[in-house]
Amino acid sequence: MSWLPAWPILIPIVTAIIGFLVGRSPGLQRAVSVAGAGLLLVAGVALMADVWSNGIVATQMGSWPAPFGITLVADHLSAVMVVITGITGLAVVVYGLADIDRERVRFGFHPMLHFLLCGVCGAFLTGDIFNLYVWFEVMLISSFALLVLGGDKEQLDGAVKYVALNLISTVLFLSAIGLLYGLTGTLNMADLHRVIPTVENQGLLTAVAVMFIVAFGIKSAVFPLFFWLPASYHTPPVAIAAVFSGLLTKVGVYALIRTFTLIFTHDTGYTHTILLWIAGLTMVTGVLGAAAQNEMRRILSFHIISQIGYMVMGLALYTPLGLVGSVFYLVHHIIVKANLFLVSGVANRLTGSFELKKIGGLYKSAPFLALLFLIPAFSLAGFPPLSGFWAKLVLIRAGLEIESWWIVATALIVGLLTIYSMTKIWGQVFWEPHPQGFDPSPDKGPLKVSRRDYLLLTAPIAVMALMTVIIGLFAGPFYELAERSAAELLDPTAYVAAVLGPDALGPTVAEGAAR
Amino acid sequence: METVLAVTVGVLVAATVYLMLSRNLVKFVFGLMLLSNAANLTIFSAGGLIRGEPPLVPEGSYVPDGVVANALPQALILTAIVISFGLLAFALVLAYRAYQELGTVDTDEMRIAEPRPEPRTPAPAGKGTAA
Repeated sequence: MSWLPAWPILIPIVTAIIGFLVGRSPGLQRAVSVAGAGLLLVAGVALMADVWSNGIVATQMGSWPAPFGITLVADHLSAVMVVITGITGLAVVVYGLADIDRERVRFGFHPMLHFLLCGVCGAFLTGDIFNLYVWFEVMLISSFALLVLGGDKEQLDGAVKYVALNLISTVLFLSAIGLLYGLTGTLNMADLHRVIPTVENQGLLTAVAVMFIVAFGIKSAVFPLFFWLPASYHTPPVAIAAVFSGLLTKVGVYALIRTFTLIFTHDTGYTHTILLWIAGLTMVTGVLGAAAQNEMRRILSFHIISQIGYMVMGLALYTPLGLVGSVFYLVHHIIVKANLFLVSGVANRLTGSFELKKIGGLYKSAPFLALLFLIPAFSLAGFPPLSGFWAKLVLIRAGLEIESWWIVATALIVGLLTIYSMTKIWGQVFWEPHPQGFDPSPDKGPLKVSRRDYLLLTAPIAVMALMTVIIGLFAGPFYELAERSAAELLDPTAYVAAVLGPDALGPTVAEGAAR
Repeated sequence: METVLAVTVGVLVAATVYLMLSRNLVKFVFGLMLLSNAANLTIFSAGGLIRGEPPLVPEGSYVPDGVVANALPQALILTAIVISFGLLAFALVLAYRAYQELGTVDTDEMRIAEPRPEPRTPAPAGKGTAA
């Protein structure tokens, strides 16, 4: 039994608890938080290395054998998601050292953030559908706390909508799990994969599958269930918005990918067609919503939605190349999106607003920041040779392969419209002079940012921008990673064998054939 | 027994939908409470209702004797009750704080985070406004 899959869950919990224990001293809290985030990244990389060389790792918690106990499973997809969570977590913690005020640190920003990371890693690693629900709740309640932390009017307003819609999704998810258990008699996802073909009432199973689409659809903010996202993501401090935008919706997408490749593959003609429609409409509404906005964070929030469409598109195509595209897109998107939010925060610190009309002049006074915005912005839009280009290229090729012309056309047009929004930000925030006529540079401008703060704010952005460039220039290993993940997703034999033991698939499949 | 539970769930969900369609945030939270109970009853009835003994293993044996009740759905419901207790407590406090800060429980009036677009003003020459 390997402990590797448990560390990414244990480390954030322990960090959060220590953080609460040293709560009186913000300095100590910050130190603990940075150390915890660093350790989480190390644990993620160790897990990734192990999965890369030895294949899927499964751990039975409490040593209860598989379908009865809770299993933690790390395949390539889970492992890479944990690594990315570690990277985002560390970047946001470092950024938060300068961005989050003392008051919010004292209210428990750092411990809450680590509980959130714990929930996210747990959701990526669990092999049990009810346990997935529990991790979703861990993630949800800590995100509630982070969202209202500080208690500004705006935050409370956003939180009302966020909490309301997410709680509905939670209850739907729970009922769907109950019905699925009633139909199959098991909650272990590998076991579900084995039992699903033997269920007599396949129609009922499809109904449950659609309930899962709606529940995860709300979490991942797809059309027409996304309204909580643009209502709330621009209200909390930027460090919090960045970690939300990077990780939360992507856990929803991950859950969709996991359940609709491992469990609900009995009627792909029906469920995956729904997903394809959702994908196309999500892309279009997201990008059009962004075009109508004039506030940096709100533009970026709407772009999360349109990008989610691309990830769902790869899953909906349900071909090897399509899933490669989805996985590649997930990895690329988390880094790029969190990074753009972080840039918007620095722009606000220097110029005093997020409203495009009220700010400007950053290209002249902070050229390095301008470069750091351009890289993720172009990557988001899909310029070669950045990471977003490869992600889009793979998805579009996947669409062409199975001749889904309209989704390919939608994806390309939405890419163009993404450039429109990015150039709008670029033009008004960076190129145009500041409307109040001052020079918003970090050391001379009226809104001074100390050298230490500026370094802490830009260092994570620079590192993440560098990663975007590296993924773009040396796409080979990342593509192979996505390819391996997709292969495991499409043929879950190895996953089932790792969880239930090597001969688990034998008898039930034969039984299914006999029917 | 299944029929009774199914009808109960249906009534609860219907009441939930009625409450949630209201613009009043407090009614919405009440709807949420009913909905989480409906979900718990769904798990309970989907898990199979049988008149069985408590699932206890007699001393010296590894499996329980005879027909026993399935303990798993109850364990799931227990977990779900604990979680929904926490979430609902949070939702109630949030509703109260939102009322304190924003002065209303009407969700349509909560426009601080998403203000209505300003009335269209003539744009300065040479600049397009995307209002």
